[in-house]
Amino acid sequence: MPRTLRGRTAIVGAADTDVGVIKTMGATQLCIEAIIRALADAGITKDEIDGLVTCNSMAEPYLYHAETVAEYLQIFPKYCVSVGAGGGTTFTALHQAASAIESGICNTVVIAMADSLRSGMTREKALAMQSSTGHPQFERPYGLPVPAYYALIAQAHMHEYGTTPEHLAAVAVATRQHAMRNPNAQMRTPITVDDVLSSRMIADPLHLLDCSLVSDGGAAVVLTSRERARDFRRRPVFLLGVGEGHGHEHISAARSLTTSAAVEAGQRAYAMAGVGPKDMDFAQLYDCFTPVVLIELEDLGFCAKGEAGPFVAAGHTAPGGSFPVNTHGGLLSHTHPGNPGSMFALTETVLQLRGDAGERQLDKAGLALVHAQGGIMSSHCSIILGREDAA
Amino acid sequence: MTDILAKPVPVASPETAEYWSGAKRHELLIQHCSSCGHHQFYPRVLCTACSGRMLTWVRASGRGTIRSYTVVRRPVSEAYAPDVPYVVALVALAEGPSMMSRIVAIDPEAVRIGLAVEVTFQDWTDAVSVPVFRAAG
Repeated sequence: MPRTLRGRTAIVGAADTDVGVIKTMGATQLCIEAIIRALADAGITKDEIDGLVTCNSMAEPYLYHAETVAEYLQIFPKYCVSVGAGGGTTFTALHQAASAIESGICNTVVIAMADSLRSGMTREKALAMQSSTGHPQFERPYGLPVPAYYALIAQAHMHEYGTTPEHLAAVAVATRQHAMRNPNAQMRTPITVDDVLSSRMIADPLHLLDCSLVSDGGAAVVLTSRERARDFRRRPVFLLGVGEGHGHEHISAARSLTTSAAVEAGQRAYAMAGVGPKDMDFAQLYDCFTPVVLIELEDLGFCAKGEAGPFVAAGHTAPGGSFPVNTHGGLLSHTHPGNPGSMFALTETVLQLRGDAGERQLDKAGLALVHAQGGIMSSHCSIILGREDAA
Repeated sequence: MTDILAKPVPVASPETAEYWSGAKRHELLIQHCSSCGHHQFYPRVLCTACSGRMLTWVRASGRGTIRSYTVVRRPVSEAYAPDVPYVVALVALAEGPSMMSRIVAIDPEAVRIGLAVEVTFQDWTDAVSVPVFRAAG
């Protein structure tokens, strides 16, 4: 029988720091704070960690980031690594950590990520740093801010499938409706499609409210083997499937502007878990910009190509809809501290699957797909999490 | 460390030096594989189609069509503020490869996917010229 990660590891602790504008903590401190809170949630001490994964910070970068965090805590892990795949980082890290546990390198891994893009850097510098994902010779000289790269994708999707600015705006509206039910979300005032369309144009067709936030914050999870998971106080949330897809780094070298390597990531995750898109109760989809959610809904098999715009506009992904997406409020309305952004999609999914999501708890939350991507629709990773150890 | 807020003037690497010297002469150079006939951009040491290393530089026609575009209203940094609003686009060259560029000398509202464009060059410094595109004449 082929070896598989299906059901072999589980998340047994999860926590977020405060998010938004956090002037009282630097990026490293936010990372430490996230770890302290996740360990408290799991009910273990720092000395029980034998693996540590972090992502580097833009505001407080270290050449050896994870080692710096281990040293700060005075822990001495067997497995210690910093990852960097942009927004996809969180789930590629989970993929690697689960593999490290399954192969016996370590038993209990903390994945912790934080940054302070809002308070630790000037706004100008935060935006310029993020746009440095562009090719230094063949893209960056033309002066694209990050929204412009995604605008190229949006324009192509509109041209090819008839997606409209109203469809894009509907993503922002549905996501805000979820955020209104989350007391920790940064943006909780209701918005309408008209509000999105009348907000300042950044890079056609993307308006200000089609773009995600720039924030401070962090989160951490504790991952352990299925055998050990039973000893923890929290109901374990099992990793049932994980898959990656890497299509390009620079959008000018992409195979397609409108179909991404989310296709491969999703197929690999579904195959491992032995399920399909119709089995999912909800999803958290990377939403750095509104068109990304539409392409992910399509590429991950929740809608046919070109049908995601009308699907979202009909309210399916909103609270109470047939398929809730980004139940915490996403990067658009909850928080977005850069590379750690999808950590919050992960911790939210853990809360939902445990039944601990409070006011916004979904009625049906047994199986979920969480997807993130980094670069400009470049590095993709899908994970499937469940309440039970098999789907 | 280079200033992240400064305008990034391209710095040639060994495998791209020929491309940038062509741009200086206002010629758009791309690579052609002598083994399989594939054209590619950006410059690489191997052919991405056949993995061969028999690559030669050829002058592209400079003609292409817009695959996608956007009008940047909020510049990436202050260095680009004088250009706002500016059109950036992915251009599919007649030879096949795509490249990022600017569309110049056009009303931004008139830009469309599929528009035929042709290369022109902007002299940025004494040593560096950058290819941009305008509506084909």
